[in-house]
Amino acid sequence: MRPLRMFSSSICVLLFTSCLLVSGCSTFQDVSPDERMPLYVLSAASLSDAMQEVKSVYESSHPDVELLESFGSSGTLQQQIEQGAPADLFLSAGEGQMQALLAKNLIDTAHRQDLLTNELVLIVPSDGTTSTVKSLADLTQPDVKKVAIGQPDTVPAGHYAKETLSAERLWQPLQDKLLYAKDVRQVLTYVETGNVDAGLVYATDARTSKRVKVVVTADANSHNPIVYPYGIVKATDHAKQAQALYDWLQSAEATRIFASYGFKMSGAAGSGT
Amino acid sequence: MAHADFWSPILISLKITAVASVLVFLLALFAAYLLANRDFRGKALLETVLMLPLVLPPTVVGFGLLMLLGRHSWLGHFIEWLFGQPVIFTWWAGVIAVTVVAFPLVFQTLKTGFESVDEEIKDMARSFGASEWQVFRHVTLSLSWRFLLSGYTFGFARGIGEFGATLMFAGNIPTRTQTVPTAIYLAAESGDMRLALYWVISLVVLSFALLSFVHRLRGFTAKDKAR
Repeated sequence: MRPLRMFSSSICVLLFTSCLLVSGCSTFQDVSPDERMPLYVLSAASLSDAMQEVKSVYESSHPDVELLESFGSSGTLQQQIEQGAPADLFLSAGEGQMQALLAKNLIDTAHRQDLLTNELVLIVPSDGTTSTVKSLADLTQPDVKKVAIGQPDTVPAGHYAKETLSAERLWQPLQDKLLYAKDVRQVLTYVETGNVDAGLVYATDARTSKRVKVVVTADANSHNPIVYPYGIVKATDHAKQAQALYDWLQSAEATRIFASYGFKMSGAAGSGT
Repeated sequence: MAHADFWSPILISLKITAVASVLVFLLALFAAYLLANRDFRGKALLETVLMLPLVLPPTVVGFGLLMLLGRHSWLGHFIEWLFGQPVIFTWWAGVIAVTVVAFPLVFQTLKTGFESVDEEIKDMARSFGASEWQVFRHVTLSLSWRFLLSGYTFGFARGIGEFGATLMFAGNIPTRTQTVPTAIYLAAESGDMRLALYWVISLVVLSFALLSFVHRLRGFTAKDKAR
């Protein structure tokens, strides 16, 4: 009988502490002691560092608003918005997800545009050994054995990489050297660890690693524009506050934050409204 | 990275898993008791449905929860009417996600435990005039306590590592619904591998502490037996 009693008493203790924990953080959700207006910002995971800085800067100049930023893949965020999750602003890493939501009439057509752009760069390991790769064309050299890009069908960065390599007439010659990764991070890891000789990633990813060196930036005309569209979710309960944040994200201050993480403002945005 | 930013996902993970593991244990105890002792039409079908979260990718489970409890379902409407806000992106959404995903493991373990109890011993207790509740309480539970312990541990362990359903249903809001697994995902996504590593270590330490607690409990009873 003893083990059972011991076990059930441990369960009771757990139940008790859980109750304490739950009551400790209010009944349903942590309600902030102040009555700030919560704004849900659903943002692509690749923007997380920049958006967390946006949160602290924006909240200090707008004390009446609290930004609740949730991060996931653009596809996950799209499904959450489609199922009516609380959302005021959507920042996507891809045009496709934004178009899907526009088609379902879930994003305010008057308040959506491309916010940021990114660049595609060729990287090599920066571990002492001087790479002979100085341009995209150098990838055909015999001492370049493996080149990593994202899987073109599923990884947007891989799709852009394929476009660029095709435009430079390197897609066919490089067929035997190409290694497809499941996301950009994996390309970065392959290059960092020297498992491949070069790779194509976004400029923002290349900046996060000290173990890779940017060789050259792909010609912007060699691939479709890499854009991060954003928009106000139609179902928002706080249209005025959402509009204010929407405008602020194009301000000089926001531009400075995004630029510090390597993003460029899209031509449409950044006029300093 | 500030201290609070590091500890917040750990605390949230602990809170969610502490509540969900008890909740899932009680639910599984109830379901296992019903299914281990009874035969009825559609039992196999019901059991398969209960086991589904184990086969389905957690992201699919999360999507199912979004559909079932989202704003477009009557259940979601009811919840919003009851609490004045939708459950998606709240702390409770994390508890629900963990409970659903961990359920099959706990349920299966408890059911195996209940079925392992010899029917003759129960009949003997009945012949002494024990009620069904007394048989359950003093015979079945006592003889299958090891399975109860394993079941609870499985539930906790599965819960603390839950990622897909939580990300989908509770979101990934730092200091609100961000758990250790979703924090690791975000840290890795933004290239902060050192921070990700620290969180991985914290997960390992947590699991290790839990498992050694279970071992200690088992150790006690080994001594009991020796006596």
